[in-house]
Amino acid sequence: MNSSMNWLKEYVPELDCTPEEFSDAMTLSGTKVETCRILNRNLRKIVTGKILSIEPHPDADRLVICQLDIGTGDAVQIVTGAHNMKPGDIVPVVLDGGKVAGGHEGGALPEDGIEIHAGKLRGVPSYGMMCSIEELGADRAFYPEAPESGIYIFPEGTPVGEDAPSLLGLNDALHEYEITSNRVDCYSVLGIAREAAATFRKRFFPPKEDTSEGSGDVHELLKVKVEDPELCPRYTARIVKNLRLAPSPKWMQLRLASAGIRPINNLVDITNYVMLEYGQPMHAYDYDKIRGHEIIVRRAEDGESFQTLDQKDRSLDHTVLTIRDRDGAIGIAGIMGGQNSKIEDSVKTMVLEAACFNGANIRLSARKVGERTDASAFFEKGLDPNLASQAMNRACELVEKLGAGEPVGGMIDIYERRREPSVVHCTASEINALLGTSLSPEEMKAILEREELSTELEGENLTVTAPTFRQDIHRMCDIAEEVARFYGYASIPMSLPSGAAIGGLSTELSIDERCRHSAEALGYSQAYLYSFESPKACDRLLLPEDAPERQQIRIQNPLGEDFSVLRTSSANGMLGSLSTNFKRKNRDIRLYEMANVYLPKSLPLTELPDERMQLTLGAYGDCDFFSLKGDLELILNRLGLKKRFHYDAACPQSFLHPGRRADILYEGRRLGYLGELHPEVLENYGIGERAYLAVLDMKEVYPFVRDEIRYLPLAKFPSVSRDFSMLVPLSVTAGEIEDVLIQRSGKFLEELKLFDIYIGAQVLSGYKSMAYTLTLRAKDHTLTEEEINAVVRKVLDGLNRLGIRLRD
Amino acid sequence: MDHTQLEELRKLAEDAIRRAADIDALNQVRVSFLGKKGEITNLMKALRELPPDQKKIFGQKINEVRALIESELQTQLPILHRRMREARIQSETLDVTLPAKKRRFGHMHPNTRALEEVERIFIGMGYEVVEGPEIEYDLYNFEKLNIPKGHPARDEQDTFYINESILLRTQTSSVQARVMEKGKLPIRMICPGRVFRSDEVDATHSPSFHQIEGLVIDRHVSFSDLKGTLDTFAKELFGPETRTKLRPHHFPFTEPSAEVDVSCFKCGGKGCRFCKGEGWIEILGCGMVHPHVLEMCGIDPEKYSGFAFGVGLERIALLKYEIDDMRLLYENDSRFLEQF
Repeated sequence: MNSSMNWLKEYVPELDCTPEEFSDAMTLSGTKVETCRILNRNLRKIVTGKILSIEPHPDADRLVICQLDIGTGDAVQIVTGAHNMKPGDIVPVVLDGGKVAGGHEGGALPEDGIEIHAGKLRGVPSYGMMCSIEELGADRAFYPEAPESGIYIFPEGTPVGEDAPSLLGLNDALHEYEITSNRVDCYSVLGIAREAAATFRKRFFPPKEDTSEGSGDVHELLKVKVEDPELCPRYTARIVKNLRLAPSPKWMQLRLASAGIRPINNLVDITNYVMLEYGQPMHAYDYDKIRGHEIIVRRAEDGESFQTLDQKDRSLDHTVLTIRDRDGAIGIAGIMGGQNSKIEDSVKTMVLEAACFNGANIRLSARKVGERTDASAFFEKGLDPNLASQAMNRACELVEKLGAGEPVGGMIDIYERRREPSVVHCTASEINALLGTSLSPEEMKAILEREELSTELEGENLTVTAPTFRQDIHRMCDIAEEVARFYGYASIPMSLPSGAAIGGLSTELSIDERCRHSAEALGYSQAYLYSFESPKACDRLLLPEDAPERQQIRIQNPLGEDFSVLRTSSANGMLGSLSTNFKRKNRDIRLYEMANVYLPKSLPLTELPDERMQLTLGAYGDCDFFSLKGDLELILNRLGLKKRFHYDAACPQSFLHPGRRADILYEGRRLGYLGELHPEVLENYGIGERAYLAVLDMKEVYPFVRDEIRYLPLAKFPSVSRDFSMLVPLSVTAGEIEDVLIQRSGKFLEELKLFDIYIGAQVLSGYKSMAYTLTLRAKDHTLTEEEINAVVRKVLDGLNRLGIRLRD
Repeated sequence: MDHTQLEELRKLAEDAIRRAADIDALNQVRVSFLGKKGEITNLMKALRELPPDQKKIFGQKINEVRALIESELQTQLPILHRRMREARIQSETLDVTLPAKKRRFGHMHPNTRALEEVERIFIGMGYEVVEGPEIEYDLYNFEKLNIPKGHPARDEQDTFYINESILLRTQTSSVQARVMEKGKLPIRMICPGRVFRSDEVDATHSPSFHQIEGLVIDRHVSFSDLKGTLDTFAKELFGPETRTKLRPHHFPFTEPSAEVDVSCFKCGGKGCRFCKGEGWIEILGCGMVHPHVLEMCGIDPEKYSGFAFGVGLERIALLKYEIDDMRLLYENDSRFLEQF
């Protein structure tokens, strides 16, 4: 939404602030000013001048020497390269020491404008410059009378020595607003003016909407039937005859220009003007093209085709409301008129329509038809039906004022359910309690009435009546907002909610946080990955056709294939980031992520999916399978998972190296997996070295987290160590050996540690050499030789069963 | 064996002790004189051959010499120890300007760094930190927030839909209704989380980003409490000089509503490139929870009132750390992450 200060002053003539003051005050009262463009910011000493004579330049073929009358008595000499003017023309002249907004080429305007000084052009003194419309910072689109290149020429009879920017409507400022969806009334110059009047405590003078009675009666010339009052709560129509198409006056053109609308002719300009002024779109039909002189407002037929006035064929269905005549559609309600009823230069009589359509339906229809027009943008906000007749009369007033035609008497007005003003009852103390203020009922009344909210007081009871255009006022809190806006948000005191409370993270969040901090301590930096990905990610990860990860939730309206499904695994995202780093030659990367994957309970989705928090570690460079395994265990140890982890090499993750992957188990539960990436997957992601991935499913981890710490007395009795150097059949795993060592050494076992492993030529073929140190200790006595030997015997017996021999 | 011989041996020993350059050499001397096969030990052995009267005299003599050597050795030991330590210190001078050996810490993502700051501030004011689902029912994301089907506010938030009734939440406000519905009052919570909107990726947009929702519901909660809370928050986050400005705004689920600006923490409000000359930076939206929202969640607006606010996490992170391109947040380039 835009408005020009000058236009606003038509309704708030006492407004006397600078454009900047206006911006600040309006923003603080709730009409947020996004930008403020002061049109004459860089225009200085520019007056109208009459060209008295044009002489050739003695030393330059392309230059001429002009004498101008600028109303001071003395002629001013100006040398110029322009050729579009003749003696007698009245032109804008910037005098010595003045300033213009831009160069004659147009384009982006310099921040501080361009200063103009007297000087010599090829030896001939020049005391200023004649200006093009571009040099004045304006645009030919809105000044169609300006020449394509050359000096702007005022109409004959323009007085000399006047302030030229003012004559061109450039002593103005344009404000652009962000209007919130509850304030439909502010999508209009009048709405803004009303807010401005309230903000600056000035009087507000809306247009009178005076039209003469007019001869004849519209009801005799036109019949209107609304078949769907749900979609068209109100329809008004008037007829204007004896039309005289002409350009609209300059003042109207300039105001349209301020809103970025190009002037076309008086009829079009009037409907656009009223649309901007009232926020009520209007449409004009050629009366003689309405078959049967009958208008029916009805839904389209399914599959109906209709050509709109931009000559595009639109296909309609029964959800789209149309304006029809006896034989068929002549317009799509609230969106665009038809080619068949369009106003052309030959028009003699027109039907003016101002209606109220259902906003939600217009929004859907505009989408369906594929055209969001200025009009539909207004309607879809949901207009006040009471606006239609006001706008209609205002348009007819302007038709008469501009001599564009003669309105026929009467107005067709189909308006079944009249919208009534809303009345709110509340008390001053409720409002004060909500705001934390201590305003008296009288102060509240005074504030509310600035906003045309008429207020009855009875003690501290307020009865507030809101005009129908204020569709946002229904209950006490809405009144409180009005009070707050004009009392000033800044004037409301500051306090803190009373009462003490204990804050903190939820249990899960605090576990996640501990994990994150552990990962960081271990050298992993935190990655943020997208929740959505391409379904192709599953192929890159070599997931089999029946892999559960392929059960992904699809987004109906994705931003493209790459963002079309919700991830069921964090692997793709992590690999993507490892790949980015690898391609950028970043070395020794360790990343982690703590975020959700989304596992549907069934597809298509009928209930919310299982969102599972995953801790994902990804690394390449200075790391290997076992360092990753160690990091994973440390993170879990930190959470209080201090028992033994088990690793199951029958891990199904297709994207991991088949010989270098494992599920991690704790107390029989699968917490996640880890491994080296499958070489083919590395190729798919363009990662040129071994990389590693580990994932912990936090939902599996949470139940094992232990926070309580109980001190164990430090050992008082000495420990004993025994080394076992063994020849182990290649098929026996360390896990199996450790199972034996743990089971067999029983309660005396304090620690077991693999200190050597060797596979190679030095060892008997089919075997590997491994060496463990077993540390034994009793809590309550020094272990005896006998006890130690008993453990060693049992261990050796167990090892024997695995086919393990001790080395000599 | 005579006295002269003993005397010479003593001199020899003293000489050797004096000449010993280090503790090893000194030990050598000890061994060669006092060891099992040392000179003194040999003499002692030779005593056996002597007649008893001489045995006693020479025995005494040898013991005297032995004691002398022993005491010489004892004197010399700490001297040598000290000398050696000093020599070692002298020889071990480091170029302390050689590069440090560093282990590598991991780094927190700037989003999380900002989030933890925000959480710390609100936890300090007694807020619980909770979470809600990212994939959400339309009911919680819109309907219960006073945004029924067909409401224009739905158009302002380009929503990713899964189907008619399930969507990717567009705002963490969806958690408000979930928390209120539980019926446990009063409420004082913040809810950080991921939200989604159908925006193409560019320097200032991302189809997924993060918000932190705040909600307080209690008896007698007022707009002035909201103002005070946010002012406290802004001063904690951006420094004690920070000022806040509330501008009226509209959200369907709060009334009255406001947007909040903070004075630019680069220029202090004078206007600079950072705040685009405004002196103020918009950081959040807030308001008093709409009574209809309370009603829909089974809370009596006659008895309870409350406020809610929503902060864009990326906005805070970008501002605080002067990051100029949002895409950096999702690339995870280590050169970027390691700055945080």
